[in-house]
Amino acid sequence: MAVFLASLRTPRGLLTALVLVLLAVLPLLTQAFDQRYLLSIGTRIVIWAIAAVSLNMILGYGGLVSFGHAVFFGVGGYAVGILSANGLHSGWLQWPVGILAAAAWAALVGALSLRTRGVYFIMITLAFAQLVYYVGAGLEAYGADDGLNISRSRFPDVIDLRDKASFYWLCFVLLCGTLWFCQRFATSRFGFVLRGAKSNDLRMTALGFPVFHYRLAAFTISGAFGGLAGILLANEGAYISPAMMSWIKSGDLIIIVVLGGMGTLFGPLYGAIAFFALEEFLPPLLDLGGKDWGEYWQIVFGPMLILIALYARGGIDSLLGRTQAHHNG
Amino acid sequence: MEYLLLQILNGVQLGLLMFLLAAGLTLTFGIMDLVNLAHGSLYMMGAYIAWTLIAWTDSFVMGALLTLPATFLLGVVVERVVARRLYARDHLDQVLATFGLILFFNELVRVIWGPAGKSIAVPKFLAHTIEIMPGAPYPAYRFAIILVGAAVALLLAWLVTRTRVGMLIRAGASNRRMIAALGVNIELLFSLVFGLGAVFAALAGLMAAPLTSVKIGMGDDILILTFVIIVIGGIGSIKGAFVAAMLVGQIDIIGRAFLPDMLKTFLSPSAAASAAPSISQVLVYVLMAGVLIWRPTGLFGQKN
Repeated sequence: MAVFLASLRTPRGLLTALVLVLLAVLPLLTQAFDQRYLLSIGTRIVIWAIAAVSLNMILGYGGLVSFGHAVFFGVGGYAVGILSANGLHSGWLQWPVGILAAAAWAALVGALSLRTRGVYFIMITLAFAQLVYYVGAGLEAYGADDGLNISRSRFPDVIDLRDKASFYWLCFVLLCGTLWFCQRFATSRFGFVLRGAKSNDLRMTALGFPVFHYRLAAFTISGAFGGLAGILLANEGAYISPAMMSWIKSGDLIIIVVLGGMGTLFGPLYGAIAFFALEEFLPPLLDLGGKDWGEYWQIVFGPMLILIALYARGGIDSLLGRTQAHHNG
Repeated sequence: MEYLLLQILNGVQLGLLMFLLAAGLTLTFGIMDLVNLAHGSLYMMGAYIAWTLIAWTDSFVMGALLTLPATFLLGVVVERVVARRLYARDHLDQVLATFGLILFFNELVRVIWGPAGKSIAVPKFLAHTIEIMPGAPYPAYRFAIILVGAAVALLLAWLVTRTRVGMLIRAGASNRRMIAALGVNIELLFSLVFGLGAVFAALAGLMAAPLTSVKIGMGDDILILTFVIIVIGGIGSIKGAFVAAMLVGQIDIIGRAFLPDMLKTFLSPSAAASAAPSISQVLVYVLMAGVLIWRPTGLFGQKN
């Protein structure tokens, strides 16, 4: 508690606390100001933040550039969708199946792709994601390219996911759980081995750590949380389609993590907020410059990404000053 | 029998188009160590610029010939303004920045040419069929693509293996620091290679345009397939790119042409029709995964 209060004195801690409090009460705010639309943006931010935090576990802490993370949106989402289309509506069944399926797929992909390095790793993770994408696009029974409307997971007597505010709060609680897990993960012995391997995997191997197995475990855990985000995404729109795992979405996830700050706990959350805020507010902002300019917002967003990649590697998190770990050191 | 032959030719034609794309990409990869996601955008820009120039000159050949220097310039500009700053960066920065380029080019096309797709007509003198074998008519335009593609592949092979520039390119691909230390103007070489890659991508784009359509994002999906090809072939290897492009071309076409009939034996016709293209795509990725597991640096890649 004392540590928590002390952290509030730094700008970083204060801002993080403010963001979390705002997110916690978002449904009340949107109701008070009658801005239902903002709640749906908020829900998407929270779900994407869960996925981004999970990607950050391997990308930020592990230094493994996985370019196929959106596949777990698909695996989690299709698990819900396929079960629901076959009359199995219970969330108690759907959600564990979705998470296990995502973890199993991650373990398989990780076991094969972690044998490669550098660009080959980027490309093989992308290829496996495309493979699932095309399987999804070929499933005639589940809508093929067009996708499929599904009914939401049912948790009788516990929570009704059709209620937008309840669903938002569930997502928010799961985001907090994911962040808590990621914090434990990053500061554990396991996390330090992973981070050590990021800066020098030869040295870690020489020290006797089975780097491959650590990375595979991290990849699998990351996939499981990605699957959770997919389950939520399918329930948010009551809809699944191959588009939710297109490689562009994987690119968006990388952007979110880098934009927010790689290898930082709250970076992916800041990144998700910034990403969706840009998507929502850049068009109207450009409209001020001239009629219909807003329609072409990506012509500004594209070069922004280039500049971020070139000059702002630390992301939003680095704007808040150095981390406590650096202060101590 | 004739049907099989025609489909194999279609596979060769697709493979050669893919090779044109892959050649430029594998060179930028191998020599500059750049993951260039925007290569597909150059393919798209080639098709759009060709559409404009063909309309302007009122001739397919003239328009196509003018497109090549135009896209060379575009490639050089992209290299000087953005790509050059990325060579020394890690792959993640490159992925991010060139992803930004894709967004930029897709939107630029929407601003200049509008959201609706364009179509380029097959040139009149090629709008007929030729009998490559008695009883097997084949569209002359597709045959012309095969000829042009094969000619460019030979030209490239000659350029890389027989000329001084090619020697520098090969030297750069195996050790770029060394050739810089030997006093080669490496910046100029990089611009040239990038521009050349842009020309090949644009040529593929403009030749493919009459067969498909010219639309925003047309380069995005084909880009991924191109990456698959250069990874299967081994990054930096032109020979590898050629072999892999041919393999992928055949798998894709044969899958599309013959899977539906095979699947119909145990699936409903509509399910077979929708599953077949997906399965042929999946096969390509399975091939890539298999090759990487067997040889983690591709068929003709250098072992580190």
